[in-house]
Amino acid sequence: MDIFSIAGAAYLVAALLFILSLAGLSKHETASQGWLYGVAGMALALVATVIQVIDGGTTTAVIVLVAAVAVGAVIGLWRAKVVEMTGMPELIALLHSFVGLAAVLIGWNGHLEAAAGHIHGGAIHSAEVFIGVFIGAVTFTGSIVAFLKLSARMKSAPLMLPGKNVINIGALVVFVILTVVYVIDPTLPLLIAVTVVALALGWHLVASIGGGDMPVVVSMLNSYSGWAAAASGFLLGNDLLIVTGALVGSSGAYLSYIMCKAMNRSFISVIAGGFGIEAGPSGDVDYGEHREINAEDTAELLAGASSVVITPGYGMAVAQAQYPVAELTRILRDKGVDVRFGIHPVAGRLPGHMNVLLAEAKVPYDIVLEMDEVNDDLAETDVVLVIGANDTVNPAAAEDPTSPIAGMPVLRVWEAKNVVVFKRSMAAGYAGVQNPLFFRENSQMLFGDAKAKVDEIVSALARVPA
Amino acid sequence: MLIGVTRETKPGETRVAATPATVKQLTGLGYDVVIEGGAGEASSFKDEAYAEAGARIGTAADAWGADLVFRINAPSVGEVELLKSGATLVAPLAPAQNGELLDALAARKVDAFAMDAVPRISRAQSMDILSSQANIAGYRAVVEAAHHFGRFFTGQVTAAGKVPPAKVLVAGAGVAGLAAIGAASSLGAIVRATDPRPEVADQVKSLGGEYLKVEVEVEKSTDGYAKATSEAYDQRAAEIYSEQAEDVDIIVTTALIPGRPAPKLITAADVARMKSGSVIVDMAAAMGGNVEGTVKDEVVTTPNGVTIIGYTDLPARLPAQSSQLYGTNLVNLMKLVTPEKDGVLALDLEDQVQRGLTVVHDGGVLWPPPPVQVSAAPAVAAPAEVAVKEEKKPLSASAKLALVGTGALALFLLNAVAPAEITRHFTVLTLSVVIGFYVIGHVHHALHTPLMSVTNAISGIVVVGALLQLTVADNVVLVLAGVATLLASINIFGGFAVTRRMLSMFRKA
Repeated sequence: MDIFSIAGAAYLVAALLFILSLAGLSKHETASQGWLYGVAGMALALVATVIQVIDGGTTTAVIVLVAAVAVGAVIGLWRAKVVEMTGMPELIALLHSFVGLAAVLIGWNGHLEAAAGHIHGGAIHSAEVFIGVFIGAVTFTGSIVAFLKLSARMKSAPLMLPGKNVINIGALVVFVILTVVYVIDPTLPLLIAVTVVALALGWHLVASIGGGDMPVVVSMLNSYSGWAAAASGFLLGNDLLIVTGALVGSSGAYLSYIMCKAMNRSFISVIAGGFGIEAGPSGDVDYGEHREINAEDTAELLAGASSVVITPGYGMAVAQAQYPVAELTRILRDKGVDVRFGIHPVAGRLPGHMNVLLAEAKVPYDIVLEMDEVNDDLAETDVVLVIGANDTVNPAAAEDPTSPIAGMPVLRVWEAKNVVVFKRSMAAGYAGVQNPLFFRENSQMLFGDAKAKVDEIVSALARVPA
Repeated sequence: MLIGVTRETKPGETRVAATPATVKQLTGLGYDVVIEGGAGEASSFKDEAYAEAGARIGTAADAWGADLVFRINAPSVGEVELLKSGATLVAPLAPAQNGELLDALAARKVDAFAMDAVPRISRAQSMDILSSQANIAGYRAVVEAAHHFGRFFTGQVTAAGKVPPAKVLVAGAGVAGLAAIGAASSLGAIVRATDPRPEVADQVKSLGGEYLKVEVEVEKSTDGYAKATSEAYDQRAAEIYSEQAEDVDIIVTTALIPGRPAPKLITAADVARMKSGSVIVDMAAAMGGNVEGTVKDEVVTTPNGVTIIGYTDLPARLPAQSSQLYGTNLVNLMKLVTPEKDGVLALDLEDQVQRGLTVVHDGGVLWPPPPVQVSAAPAVAAPAEVAVKEEKKPLSASAKLALVGTGALALFLLNAVAPAEITRHFTVLTLSVVIGFYVIGHVHHALHTPLMSVTNAISGIVVVGALLQLTVADNVVLVLAGVATLLASINIFGGFAVTRRMLSMFRKA
């Protein structure tokens, strides 16, 4: 039993703990437990590694280790403490970029070590360096762009370069050619070249995707960050990295798959282009006139209802309306109204984003339901409040086969007795498709800032006798 | 411009064309409003309330002399003289029957909007007075029936014995019919309904009624109104009415065909067959009645004890609400013709709604309007110009098998040529991916964000790689590894901490 076999054993246990951690997240009841497993696994892996560093490294190495981990810990804990729940997508995108960059640096080190003769190089090693750097760099710039778009530091509209698919495929081809050359003769310029190509590809890939497709992009980058970690594992011959990378990679891929299914689009089509480019003649239909309602009347409608379903979308997060919405929910529930939430899988900018926002505002999670759980009950519902959602409640998806969003599963809110739509204006949603819901006879529009309007409803409800 | 609201002159009329609430909306559109003193008295709207809402209280001459005159009944030909030349009259005018009135208006150079000529399209529904008033009338018809019916509507089982529920037949499931069905079934009666349009069956059912289908081929209505029916249909329908008359306690008839006398649905023989104490409300009394023996505006009792109610003022029996809904219909019309909200009428005869209800304009009679094809009947869809997206076919079993086989083969070949070391890593990778998919597939949808942040944290495991590289005696490597360690540490600590924070927020009710 030496230090390496002990480390190996610790890594195996850590890998198992990670699997248990993800398994724990399957239910609310076991989620905290899952978190604990994750922390335990990470602690074990870190301790085992640190012992190896102390055993084999110089004092400088240990100092660097302590300093880097300490600074990283402080930054990480600070960001986690101050982040707004509406800002979660940005934080997660940023964290992805760190993994990507770390993988790039590890890959570069792999090259430097081999070049300096510290370790034996060889074709396999070269290929691993290259692949690791490539995936890492794509993840890095892709995540940075996603972060910039999500935090509105960059326009969220898709960048439309001519022949963008040719650019993407061209970059892949260049990567393959460079890999072959590098395996034959590993030189630094080639490594620099592939890093630049991958950085550019990551940037372009995400820049060409619009804001509403961000749930898919963030999940995809989640997946990439996993594969980047796995590639580092191959490079270092470390099974823990491979297992963890594979877990993260498949998690991100699965989430991307769910998101794509919820939009009835293939993964390729999300990556290859945005919505709205091919808006067909269905856009010219005269849907008639919409009707408006004010906050007082909405309050009366709600007070008289026995069941209410709220379907929030990204607009709720933008307006920071989750707190008044939670307050409204509490008041209505105290009055004996059955209030529930219906969450479309792609609502928000992150898988599960709405759930977190509502949880933050102290909405009990057992009344926050998934689309499939609530859809069949909508016909029996007295009032549906659509807050900042558009495409996810568009009847055209179900009824108009020529619509660009045809076939996308949507919340069938139009079946409810009354629908009140909170909206800033009559502008179309992300998909650029007009929403016939607004013109239905059972729909009424409540224009204005969602937060202000919900506040008004709450104060109006206070005046309505129970 | 000035809107005048006159006191209604028709005997028994209790409604008024504007309420304080609608006055406020009209002034919001930029109009001035003058109300003839006492116009709202019978609907319990006091002059003071109107004044408070921003209207001026004036004389009859003031109201009739306004730029726009709102009424809830058509004026008599004599009253047309009260309107000033160039004014606009807004009222239900029954243009098909009132040619003389239209000519008088045209001669006086008065424009006229016939509120009962609003095309029946979804866009115009907010100004459809037939719907808004018929809804009230349907409800009131049931209330009148209940008043004259000496028994419960709902069935009861009491210590003193069992009371069967009343049976109600509603003829015609239009707006009035549906309102009657809803009112009767919420009182607890057993409700049945007939209508020549089989497409209303679902609506009848949704209100708690049972749709009695007449098993004859009928044409579909293309204009949203019921049409006169074929002979075979009438015969079968008559049989149904005869059967039902014997069985039910209350009949509400609502069958009207625009511009024609009401069809006779219930014959004297049917009435004679009804049980003593039964009640019939004939909502078509104004147009001659659906029932043989109906007397307009009166309640008659037949020798066999059946009460036939022929009131034609049913909406006026709920005046406050009828006025409010009618007034809102008018406000919606004014919104349409005042797009600038500047109090100036801007009539657009290109618009099919405005064209439809404008029956007199610039001294000429515009009735009847060009026909409007409406949404009430599903229009035959024009062949779409864009190709309908092809349904994605799920892969057949053999295609799936082939796909899995190809994948397995590729993996096999890749590993067969690769060195043993790589094969070992591939084994780990492949199995981990499979485990990953199974584990992630069970994650609750609400926990997807925490899942992402946890995977963020654990993908910080690349720190292990960076740390191990710290042991290499090379300063460049040391610096790069140090930076990588720092980045990965942010991930680990940040990811776990933010997950903790999120999970602690989720709570059960």
